[in-house]
Amino acid sequence: MSSFVEILHISTLIMMIVASFLAVFFRKLLPSVVALAVASLLLALEFYILHAPDVAIAEASIGAGLTMAIFIFAIRGTR
Amino acid sequence: MGIWLIILYIFLGIGVFFNCLGSVGLLRFPDVYTRLHAATKATTFGSIFTSLAVIAYSFSRWNACGDSKFRVLALHTIVALVCLVITNPTGAHAIARAAHRSGIMPKQAVIDELKEAKLK
Amino acid sequence: MNEFFKIFIIPGGLLLLFMFLSLIRLILGPTTPDRIVALDTINTLVVAGMILVGAAYEEVIYIDVAIVYALLSYIGTLYVAKYLEGEAKK
Repeated sequence: MSSFVEILHISTLIMMIVASFLAVFFRKLLPSVVALAVASLLLALEFYILHAPDVAIAEASIGAGLTMAIFIFAIRGTR
Repeated sequence: MGIWLIILYIFLGIGVFFNCLGSVGLLRFPDVYTRLHAATKATTFGSIFTSLAVIAYSFSRWNACGDSKFRVLALHTIVALVCLVITNPTGAHAIARAAHRSGIMPKQAVIDELKEAKLK
Repeated sequence: MNEFFKIFIIPGGLLLLFMFLSLIRLILGPTTPDRIVALDTINTLVVAGMILVGAAYEEVIYIDVAIVYALLSYIGTLYVAKYLEGEAKK
């Protein structure tokens, strides 16, 4: 079954690369922030499959909560 | 041990099936509101039944070997299930309200009765 | 690794496949609320997959990560929806 876990790792990383590319690719600001949130979400899942739940908790609170809130606060300040 | 395992397979099958339906509906439906409808089916029903499958699994292992680790596993999964049941419909409602207030009409819609009712 | 590991890790892989379908909606979606719906779906699929993987490895602390993640992703979704609503009002 370890080869199946390898497949989980590789597909999670491929989705993370796609989401990170979209964060650069979108022209509007809010979809870009949404794509960045998806990338950090998948990074937390990758830490989780690698048996590091404490790092996953830190990544979840920083990536999903704090970074998204700060970026939206900055977007609100631009206009 | 047998009856809990049958319940586990049934709940896991229902959960994965509804997650599959929700993802395909998110991909195939025409506008925001119908996509939100399909996605909320996936997030509430699918997640509830996969969590119930984990609870049935921990009860079966607890009955089999009496280890107190599985009792704690069932209790924490019940807390996660309560969090999912509370948060998911609220988030879906907030998204739908934001989509309506930002002026997106459903596809092939002609009149907006909610806006007319607010103006009265 | 017992015989129940296979029962829970294969639905985890299927949830990863459904996440990929939602990611296609994130790529295609014509308006911003479509992309937020895709984000919400990926959030909940990740939480369900975390619960399944935690049951597969039989660790209690893995379920706690799923609880924390469910509450935090709810706050993120609510904040983006609030911003979208306030932007439309201007």
